[in-house]
Amino acid sequence: MKKLTFTSVFSQLLLLLFVIAWIVPTFGLFISSLRDKDVLAISGWWTSFTTTEVNEIYRTKGKEDQIKEGDYYFIKSNLFDENQVKEIYRFGITSKNIDEYEVGETALFKDETEITVFENGDYIWKSKEEFKKKKGKRIFVSAKSPPSFTLDNYKEVLLKEGLGQAFLNTFAVALPATLIPLIICSYFAYALTWMKFYGRDLLLATIIASLVVPLQMCLIPVLTIYNDFGALFGVSAKSYPGIWMAHTGFGLASTTFLLWNFLKTLPSEMIEAARVDGATHYDTFIKIVVPLSIPSFASIFILQFLWVWNDLLVGLVFLDKHPSEIILTAKLKELLGSRGENWEILTTGAFVSMTVPLFIFFSLQRYFIRGLVAGSVKG
Amino acid sequence: MSIFSLAITVLIGVLFFVLFFHLSNFLLDYFRVKSSKNFSFENSLRVIIFIAPAFIVLFVFIIYPVFETIRLSFYDKVGENFVGLFNYTWAINDPDFKRSIINNLGWLIVVPTLSTFFGLVIANLADRIWWGSIAKSIIFMPMAISFVGAGVIWKFMYDYRGPGDQQIGLLNAIAVALGFEPQAWLTIPVWNNLFLMAIMIWIQTGLALVIFSAALRSIPNETLDAARIDGASELKIFWSIIIPYLEQTILVIWTIITILVLKVFDIIYAMTNGQWQTEVLANLMYDWMFRGGGDSGRGSVLAFCILIGVIPILAWNLYRHKQEQKV
Repeated sequence: MKKLTFTSVFSQLLLLLFVIAWIVPTFGLFISSLRDKDVLAISGWWTSFTTTEVNEIYRTKGKEDQIKEGDYYFIKSNLFDENQVKEIYRFGITSKNIDEYEVGETALFKDETEITVFENGDYIWKSKEEFKKKKGKRIFVSAKSPPSFTLDNYKEVLLKEGLGQAFLNTFAVALPATLIPLIICSYFAYALTWMKFYGRDLLLATIIASLVVPLQMCLIPVLTIYNDFGALFGVSAKSYPGIWMAHTGFGLASTTFLLWNFLKTLPSEMIEAARVDGATHYDTFIKIVVPLSIPSFASIFILQFLWVWNDLLVGLVFLDKHPSEIILTAKLKELLGSRGENWEILTTGAFVSMTVPLFIFFSLQRYFIRGLVAGSVKG
Repeated sequence: MSIFSLAITVLIGVLFFVLFFHLSNFLLDYFRVKSSKNFSFENSLRVIIFIAPAFIVLFVFIIYPVFETIRLSFYDKVGENFVGLFNYTWAINDPDFKRSIINNLGWLIVVPTLSTFFGLVIANLADRIWWGSIAKSIIFMPMAISFVGAGVIWKFMYDYRGPGDQQIGLLNAIAVALGFEPQAWLTIPVWNNLFLMAIMIWIQTGLALVIFSAALRSIPNETLDAARIDGASELKIFWSIIIPYLEQTILVIWTIITILVLKVFDIIYAMTNGQWQTEVLANLMYDWMFRGGGDSGRGSVLAFCILIGVIPILAWNLYRHKQEQKV
């Protein structure tokens, strides 16, 4: 440990400030996804760690629940639903004076019936005459609500909002859209590195140029090809194989470039020795190059997988918005439009879409960083 | 679709390519054993097997579309009749286009600069502090999540409630706590662009950070120690040794983020869809791809404008590649 100097304390504080600024937005989203939706809509997520005070209105039960004990009629029940954990400290019976009574005190209605409300929401409503009204009376309570978290939002979002299906769809898009380019490009990169053929340098230059070509330059013609192809064979222009190949195409340059960068660092003596011994290029590739490339395959797999998983544009253009094809990002965007004020759905949906990237990030960070540092340029 | 049918589809898709390479190479080997006279013919067949799938994909999805898009920019909305420069003159006179160009320029100036700057500062701070690697992980994390996810995170940060209500967006809560009026941040023209850029900076700083940390480690310790012994302050070391040493890295990060920013789409599309003067080229292009059945001519012009933005970088990359090949 270095000794504490002004500079070191200052840099620690400055870094801490950066860390807080960077983590707080995501943290707030995560906490919000675990909160009750009614509370979420009216209070900031940072209040969820402390006991909050809320003013609420409840209604007592009506005449059906009355019982007769001695000379009096009673209605005994609880104001809260089953799952609520709240602590009442004051209550009232008119909207003008909502915290008139201490908890445990007895309030007198105009019709001379009496009500006593207790801390846990229990109440006893007492009357000399039989209760006649079907509807109960309004009770105003001031309650303390301790921090509480729930997984209800996740259940709702995954099952009712269709995010569960979108989650599976995204996997069905992302896995092949990562594996196919990896397979094709590993052969391609091998050929670019170790095979001699006419036009190799030109091909390499094309790859490097393609690295930075914006996706937008390719969308309209590719979509036209898909539409023509679909019309010709009477199939839908938007399909899983279609989007796999689109992602393969748009990820091909970067995947090839990264692999080529790695392959050219392999000792050429080894490859040449294998060739002299009579191994074909195919044997050399499968038996020597592939085993040595596993770490770089891992890096590239992660980069491409995250890219596809997080993509919105390609998914919007090449897949339908049917529940059977919609991907997570497109679904989330749809929810932003249709459920813009339902923050419990949005925060939870966003977090669901982030689970896989975050899992990969925390478990395979080293490979992820290695891939990025190796040259993350993508069109 | 059920998990099962999705899994089958995925499996068939991947197996198709695995089998293609295995079978074609197997067949080649099989026939070679039978007639091993024509060696160069066999070799060129092997080259074709290795590069054909990738080349076809490259051609269909990148090379052909680039030229086709340029051609379409001179054609009408269905791409059938030649209209000369009509789409270009339309673009120049279109207020949305002007707005997009201005905004894209703003993005190009602000985002790469601030991301690189923050990345550099944080990399330097984190390098000398024992909990630096945890800090780096946290700041790097937004790189893993999608732009749409980040959009939701920040839309929640910017959420607006009327002055009387309790704010649930953190930014407005802070504003109110400091005695200001709450603002609907995303609907205040011009400034709202900065709030959108903040999201991109939040994401891309992590990229700059990891690349800088890798580069910082390559600075020889002797140089730094020598400077310290000579009594140079940390700030002086930063400006006179570290910055010049990282010049190349800064340039690389700058270009990566610049390319990304030129194409920025998801954030705008998810947050404002170009309303309140936040339009950018990529979003306008997407809009014209589908608006009124789609206008491939106008869409192509907009895509071409984005390409023009990356051409200097493309040329520079090719130049660098050529230099490397010579060595």
